[in-house]
Amino acid sequence: MSVYAYDTIDREMLADRAAEFRGQVARRLSGALSEDQFKPLRLMNGLYLQLHAYMLRVAIPYGALDGRQLRALAAISRDYDKGYGHFTTRTNIQFHWIKLKDAPDILDRLAAVDLHAIQTSGNCIRNITADPYAGATAEEVDDPRPWSEALRQWSTFHPEFTYLPRKFKIAVTGSSKDRTVARAHDIGLKLIRGAEGRLGFEVMVGGGMGRTPYLGATIREFLPAKSLLSYLTAILRVYNRLGRRDNIYKARIKILVASMGAEAFARQVEAEWALLDQASIDLPDLELERIRAAFGAARFEALPARSQAFDAARAADPALARFARNNLSAHKQPGYTVVNISLKAPGATPGDATAEQMEAIAALAERYGQDDIRVTHAQNLVLPHVRLDDVPAVFAQLQHYGLGTPNLDLVTDIIACPGLDYCALANARAIPIANDIARRFAEPDRADAIGELKIKISGCINACGHHHVGHIGILGVDKKGEEFYQLSLGGSGAEDASLAAILGPALPADQVAPAVQALVDAYLGLRTGQAERFLDTYRRLGPAPFKEAVYADADQA
Amino acid sequence: MPTLIRLENGQFLDTADRWVNLDADAPLPSEGDVILPLARFEAEGGALLDEGRSVGVLIQPDQAVEGLAYDLPRLALVALAFPRFRDGRAYSSAVLLRSRFGFKGEVRAVGEVLCDQARDMVRCGFNGFAPSDGSDAVIWAAAVGRYRHVYQAAADRLAPAFIERERP
Repeated sequence: MSVYAYDTIDREMLADRAAEFRGQVARRLSGALSEDQFKPLRLMNGLYLQLHAYMLRVAIPYGALDGRQLRALAAISRDYDKGYGHFTTRTNIQFHWIKLKDAPDILDRLAAVDLHAIQTSGNCIRNITADPYAGATAEEVDDPRPWSEALRQWSTFHPEFTYLPRKFKIAVTGSSKDRTVARAHDIGLKLIRGAEGRLGFEVMVGGGMGRTPYLGATIREFLPAKSLLSYLTAILRVYNRLGRRDNIYKARIKILVASMGAEAFARQVEAEWALLDQASIDLPDLELERIRAAFGAARFEALPARSQAFDAARAADPALARFARNNLSAHKQPGYTVVNISLKAPGATPGDATAEQMEAIAALAERYGQDDIRVTHAQNLVLPHVRLDDVPAVFAQLQHYGLGTPNLDLVTDIIACPGLDYCALANARAIPIANDIARRFAEPDRADAIGELKIKISGCINACGHHHVGHIGILGVDKKGEEFYQLSLGGSGAEDASLAAILGPALPADQVAPAVQALVDAYLGLRTGQAERFLDTYRRLGPAPFKEAVYADADQA
Repeated sequence: MPTLIRLENGQFLDTADRWVNLDADAPLPSEGDVILPLARFEAEGGALLDEGRSVGVLIQPDQAVEGLAYDLPRLALVALAFPRFRDGRAYSSAVLLRSRFGFKGEVRAVGEVLCDQARDMVRCGFNGFAPSDGSDAVIWAAAVGRYRHVYQAAADRLAPAFIERERP
C-alpha cells in the first residue's frame, strides 16, 4: 500500500460523479444540451475541446500513484487514445485524442482504480501539488501527502468555492528544499516545526505565473497544522468575495494580493478566520490519524548505507554510473535511494510516456519500489523507495524501455507545454524547440559538464511550461502570424525562487537552439568552477555578458 | 405570477411568487410584499417595516451582506443576484447570512440561475430559486439528490465525510 486507500465514502463520491457525467454526455449526444450549455459541465470533468480532438485531463492527486493506477492509465491510453499519455507540469496526465462518447466509460475505468478528472479544469481549487520525494527525503519535517489528501477532500465539490474568480492552485512541501515551486502557487504551504516542536505551516499567498508572474508572499509565519482547513477557508472566502471578475487576466489571487498589499490581505484573512466556526471545518485529530494511516507505511529493511552489489555494477558499467550520478537522490533510509525516471529522452516529447513504458514503470514499482510512483512538476516520474542493491536491475529495465535517460535537471531535461501542436491557446510550438535544444546537447559528457540547467518552454503567455522560473525560460509569441521566442534568464522554482528577466528581442524558431548554445558557451567561459551553476553565474554577473553572447552579432549587422 | 422553486423541509416545490420586485424607481404598491434593491431599502425600508409589511432586499455581488446585519431580524427575504452563473460571490454571501448572522428567512437566488448549480446553492443555504433555464422542482430535486456524501461542512449542516466516518 502506498497511496491513500479509498473507503466506501470516497468510492461512492467518484461513482456518483461518473454517473452524473454519463447523463450529461448522453444529453449532449442526443442534442438535448447545446455545446454552450455542455461546456461548463464537461470542463468540471476535465474534458477540453482542443485543436484536433477532446482532451481529457486526469488528476493525479498530489502526484502520487500506485502500480494498479498507472496500469489503468496505460490501458486507457491504449484503448481510447493513441497509446500514450502526457504528464503535465501540474503532475496530471492528459490524453489528447479522446472521443466524447468514450468519456463516461473512461471515467468509470478511472473510478475503478480510485482516480478521476474532478476539478482538473474550471475556476475552482485544482489538484494539489506536493513534494515528489514525500516520505523518502531526510529533509522532511512531516509527510505532505496526508495534508494534501485532507485538502483534496475539503476542496472536492466545495459548494462555496466552485465559482471562484479564476482557477486556484495549492502546493504543499514538507521540506526546506522545495520541489513544488510553492511560491509560484496561489497558496504555497510549507510544513515547519514551531515552538516546542509543534507542527505548523508557513502560508504563502499570491504567487503565480501567467502573463503577470509573482512570487507568493508569506502572510503567516506559523499556522498550527490542525487549523489548515479553516485558515484556507478564510483565504478562499476573502478571494471569492474581493477578487476581480471583470478581467480574466486580473482575476487570480496574485493580483488581489498585489493590489491590496500582502499585509492588508493578511489582516482581512485573519479577521475572517477569527469569525469562522473553525471546529466545524477543521478535521478532528482522529480523522487526520485515519488519513495518515490510510497511506500505509513504507516498510524498510535494515541495510548497510553502501551496497556492494551496486558499487560493483556501476564500476563496471559507465552508463549505470552516469545514471547513478545524475538520476539518484538521497533517501532517508540507509541502503535505499530515490530513482528519478526522465521522460526527456532525445527526440521525445517532454512528459510523454507510452502505454508500454507506463506498464514497465508500474511493474518496477511493484517489484522494487513498494508500489509507489510519483509525478514531478518537471514532467518526470519517480520511484521514491528503491534499494541500492536493486538499482542495476531497475536501470536495466528502464534502459530496455527507453526510460534510462541520465539527464535529471540537466540541459536536456527540458519542461515544455504541449504548445501549438495540440493546444488551442498556444501562440507557438514548444515541443520542436525542446527537441532542437536537446539535439544540440545530445552528447552526455557535455551535458554533465554543463551541470544543472533548467530550461522551461511555454507556447503562450499562460506559462504552463513555467518559463518564468526557468534558469533559461523560453516563451513562444506570435508576431504577425510567425512564431517567435522570447528568452528570459535567472528564474528559479526551487527554495531560492526568483522570476526570470527578459534578455532581449524575441528570436525566430531556428535561432532559439543556437542562442541557448551561445548562452551555455558564455556560461562555461565565465563560471568560477564546476560548482557554480548557470543560475549562480547569472546571479553573480547579471545579464550583460549573456545578452552580449546572444545579440552581439545582431547588433553589428 | 413568475414560477419559483422553494425548498421546504427537504422538499422542492414549484410555487407562485407572492413577492413583487421593485427597481430603484418603480412606484410602491399600496400593499403586498416587496423586494427592494439595497439603496432603496436603506432609504425606505425602515418605514415599510414599521407599517408591518414584509420586506425583502436584493443584494448585488459587490454589496457586502454585513451591511444588513442590523436589519436582518426584521427581514423576511434576502435575494442574492447572479448577474452571470459563473459569478460565485453570492455563495459566500449566502453562507454568511446563514452561518454568521443566523438568518432564518428566505435566501433566494435570482439572475442567471441554472439547475446545474442546485446542489452548491442548497449547500450554501439558499432555499428559494428563480431558475432562468426553465427547470422545475423535479429537476432540482434530482440534481441535489445525485450525491450520497459531502466532504466539507457548509450552511446546510449535512454531516461531512469526516463526521460520517466517526459513526459506528
